[in-house]
Amino acid sequence: MSQIHVQTTINGDETEFLCDAEETLLDALRDKLGLTGAKEGCGTGDCGACSVTVDGRLVCSCLVLGAEAHGREITTIEGMANGEELHPLQQKFLDHAALQCGICTPGFLVAAKALLDRNPNPTETEVRYWLAGNLCRCTGYDKIIRAVMDTAAEMRGA
Amino acid sequence: MLDKTAENGEFKYVGTRPQRPDGVDKVTGRARFGADMVMPGMLVGKVLRSPHAHAKIKSIDTSAAEALKGVKAVITAADLTADVPEAEYDTMVNCIAHGKALYDGHGVAAVAATSQAIANKALKLIKVDYEVLPHVTDVEEACKDDAPLLHDNIFTEGLEEEPTTPSNISGRVQFGHGDVEKGFAAADTIVERKFRTEATHQGYIEPHACVGNLSADGTGELWCCTQGHYMVRNSCAAILGIDISRLRVTASEIGGGFGGKTTIFIEPIALALSRKAGRPVKVVMTRDEVFRATGPTSSASMWIKIGAKSDGTITAMEGLLKYQGGAFKGTWVSLGCMTAFACYRADHMKTVGYDVLVNRPRAAAYRAPGAPMAAFAVESVVTELAEKLGIDPLEFRLQNAAKEGDQSSYGPKHRAHGLIETLETAKAHEHYNTPLGPNQGRGIACGFWFNFGGQTSTSLNVGADGTVNISVGTVDVGGSRASMCLMVAEELGVPYEKVRCVVADTSSLGHNDTTDGSRTTFASGMALILSARDAKQKLCARAAKIWEIPEEAVEWVDGHARPAGPNAGEFDPMSLAEIAGKAETTGGPIAGHHEYNARGAGVSFATHMVDTEVDPDTGRVTVLRYTVIQDAGKAVHPAYVEGQFQGGAVQGIGWAINEEYIYGEDGRLQNPGFLDYRIPVASDLPMIDTVIIENPNKGHPYGVRGVGETSIVPPMAAIANSVSAAAGVRMTELPMSPPRVLKAMDDAKA
Amino acid sequence: MRFEAPTTVEAAVSLLAAETGMARVLAGGTDLLVQMKSGMAEPDLVVDIKRIDAMHEITPEDGGFRIGAAVPGIALGEHEGVKAAWPGVVEGTELIGSTQIQGRATMVGNLCNCSPAADSVPAMAAAGAIARVAGPDGSRDVPVEEIAAGPGKSNLAKGEMVDSVFLPARPANAGDAYLRFIPRTEMDIAVVGCGVNLVLDGDGTCSEARVALGAVAARVFLVPEAAEALVGTKVDDAALDALAAACSAAATPIDDKRGTVEFRKKVAGVLARRAATIARDRAKGSA
Repeated sequence: MSQIHVQTTINGDETEFLCDAEETLLDALRDKLGLTGAKEGCGTGDCGACSVTVDGRLVCSCLVLGAEAHGREITTIEGMANGEELHPLQQKFLDHAALQCGICTPGFLVAAKALLDRNPNPTETEVRYWLAGNLCRCTGYDKIIRAVMDTAAEMRGA
Repeated sequence: MLDKTAENGEFKYVGTRPQRPDGVDKVTGRARFGADMVMPGMLVGKVLRSPHAHAKIKSIDTSAAEALKGVKAVITAADLTADVPEAEYDTMVNCIAHGKALYDGHGVAAVAATSQAIANKALKLIKVDYEVLPHVTDVEEACKDDAPLLHDNIFTEGLEEEPTTPSNISGRVQFGHGDVEKGFAAADTIVERKFRTEATHQGYIEPHACVGNLSADGTGELWCCTQGHYMVRNSCAAILGIDISRLRVTASEIGGGFGGKTTIFIEPIALALSRKAGRPVKVVMTRDEVFRATGPTSSASMWIKIGAKSDGTITAMEGLLKYQGGAFKGTWVSLGCMTAFACYRADHMKTVGYDVLVNRPRAAAYRAPGAPMAAFAVESVVTELAEKLGIDPLEFRLQNAAKEGDQSSYGPKHRAHGLIETLETAKAHEHYNTPLGPNQGRGIACGFWFNFGGQTSTSLNVGADGTVNISVGTVDVGGSRASMCLMVAEELGVPYEKVRCVVADTSSLGHNDTTDGSRTTFASGMALILSARDAKQKLCARAAKIWEIPEEAVEWVDGHARPAGPNAGEFDPMSLAEIAGKAETTGGPIAGHHEYNARGAGVSFATHMVDTEVDPDTGRVTVLRYTVIQDAGKAVHPAYVEGQFQGGAVQGIGWAINEEYIYGEDGRLQNPGFLDYRIPVASDLPMIDTVIIENPNKGHPYGVRGVGETSIVPPMAAIANSVSAAAGVRMTELPMSPPRVLKAMDDAKA
Repeated sequence: MRFEAPTTVEAAVSLLAAETGMARVLAGGTDLLVQMKSGMAEPDLVVDIKRIDAMHEITPEDGGFRIGAAVPGIALGEHEGVKAAWPGVVEGTELIGSTQIQGRATMVGNLCNCSPAADSVPAMAAAGAIARVAGPDGSRDVPVEEIAAGPGKSNLAKGEMVDSVFLPARPANAGDAYLRFIPRTEMDIAVVGCGVNLVLDGDGTCSEARVALGAVAARVFLVPEAAEALVGTKVDDAALDALAAACSAAATPIDDKRGTVEFRKKVAGVLARRAATIARDRAKGSA
């Protein structure tokens, strides 16, 4: 079976790759394109470490086929900072020590950005439920939630 | 050893909360974890695993797999060394079964192929002829005389009389002092109960991953996520029959470990495949493999008995702990026995532990290994006894708390520690004094962990621009590089930003024990302080040379060499950068190093407090509020200390309420995934409040105590005490899942 | 495996009908890709229906709504019209998985996966939702509770796919609700699920009711005795007790890793009571 030719946009860049029909978007990103910021923690959509957005929707890239990316716009953690300038969420995660091992961090950042893009003033409960699909085993979530709330406040200019 | 405290000299850097050195890489996706490594020509390795809990492997036919196009190597047990040292034998057999599959998920063979799809296809072509044997997965069942026997060459160790028949009980241990019978005779009230806990998994989000590259001449390199790359090197070299100096192991960034990455699973397989294929091989576990084949804790069956006088004085404490360790010898039941009563002072204590074999994956360390389940049982009985005596459970703990000079439950006399301060702080805390609503309960519990030191080697190099590189051989799991930089900045008197820390590979530094036992900030930190002192001496000597005065007439103050004694004030102080800039003409590079087997680790105690609400119709437990109060000795980077407190507490919450290994009648694991192995998610939890107590450890220059492990010891007990109060019935089994709580409430009503 | 992404339903149906091996429809993929990963499903053909425009649409129809097979949960939750008419159905769909899963998972996919624990199905069944099945011989309409034959097995014939679900119009004073029991607050499969849909007359007496249970039998099913317990009452405590008893009695669950028979039977009644209370308050306009 010949491979599928996929043309897509990743973090604003037009990109092409070849993939097998079974191959996930996560595998294509990591193995074909060298974008290893998205992590595979489970491969079944339970941990959120592979979070990316497809046409603006937050998804687990382990549950998307690479072939589905054709013609879509993908954003990953690698597209979050603007050159040297970190996104406010990235800076707040550092300020709040919201990561220990850091394996879940890219997924949390992508998911949190999707939340703040949609709701700039979430309650703590809204943040917790929005991020319920992102597992973290190190922090107990406390500092992550604080970092997201603080970012939201700062971005609102509060 | 303690020579710098908040009282005698203000800390300038230690105790602040700067950004971690690896931070930007970790928030941008650039940090490289185990699975992120690529080597030229790399193959994909996959492991075939047993579907049976217990089965004799009559034969393995790999010919069809080997014939598949794209397959470059297939290995079985025969490809590992035959004369492995005894100490590594079980570790090797746990990676690849030798003759018998001992649990569902046990590795049987492995392939390396040019793609994942081909590797998966090749696994299906390997024909294993199994003879399925009866199995046992329950700790109590395994102790019975007629239980299926896992190994016919294991006889119970530690019995007075040497046994003549093999047993699933691989060992018996006993700890304590005094005479418990005498102690119970003096008691006015006695509470005794049985408890059970299910096995849990460390649940790190990063599956095990490595890339091995081993030449036919026995020279190799290995990249892997591990808590101890020296351990990996030594074990792999032994299993592959090569010199340890020929294998260079580099630790990747690690996506969580919690004890589960203190041993090896896939690393020797990747290396053996690489040796056979002549190409690098990457092996990455799936989540299913992580649950079925790596590191769960023991499940436990326990009995605890405690007696006290009516004035509240504990007279005797006794316990029997049975821990299963999976299919191999060596649980942490000894540590369970030693820690069980560590928070208390009593003249009569006795704990007996049994180490039990079952058809489950080999137990691996999990954060304070052995201690949390024992604490669950003991702290439940302590609260129940206090209630029976009509004494507030917190006051009862204060009254009986172990103090400096008391005989400990685990051997030595207690040195100074912060247990009483944690209890006093809890008592005065607003949380403890806030009223509860209906169906709500509050629980408290104390916990203890020893903390360790261990073999450590560090180096420090001063750059020509006055910046400092430090190298450690202890893996950074939760931000320890930041703490290392803070301690060196403090010692040298240079800004934190001028100090950079790397985790060196195994060929670049002397041996380092694994990051475990809460040892890294203590032991590598102290080695770096001593490395810095070594470097300071050399810096002073260089300044002396420049000034042409005796070395002993130079002192190091606030980041500068300064003439002292008769020469004081004669020369302007020289900064580290100035001395470093002249290094070439004063004797070459300036460095410091230290190698030792660190002693003097200070114990850490904690008191946890939790409010829960129980849904009376469904038995569902909601954690409403949680406070951790723990002694850190000296918090080097307080934000990461709080993080350890919070993370441990939440892992404990998971263990208490929902996490469990569920085995079917067929001996197969029913829930090898994050869908049904239910670790806490963000919406399950409140904020986790923390209070850091600083009772300095006299065995460390800055008073540092390990903090990582104690935080998982009290939660299950604190939650059990809270849920029992809310539900109106004593909960004695973990997890306290809704069906279990609802049934307990219904049974109590009936 | 072949991957196809046709742009019409007709093309999708002919691909599905022509495949001699195993063919699967890909909408959100949140079940299919998990099954492929575990080796439970090894399809020879995957037909991605997301390039068919109509599959993304929510269309008003006869006072109700037709919801395309590729509408993800998050888009359904953003539709004010459906949310106002059928809040229970929307909530049931929104309970499926995480935010990330909501970005992909569809109500129709949840229906066609045929899990007895599917969160959107009890509410849809209680709502009287009708699935439209497209096939080689044209379209047919099937009540949603008749799509599943058993766990993981559908009543669809070869070449057939559900292209949309129709939610009917709402009379005045109607309300619905779906509740599920899970051990955590998110990310779990329902241990018990219950959907209740009821209509009140002018004086608050229940004139119509439908009650469906999930995760307590081989498929989601309607409980007529439970509905009868509500009809003709003011949905007061006595009626709710009768409803709960009927649901507990109708449940025929199994013991498994997610719960015991005893627990599931009891909680079926507890959830029915709570869901009916929410539905009643919604019908009265107070919630």
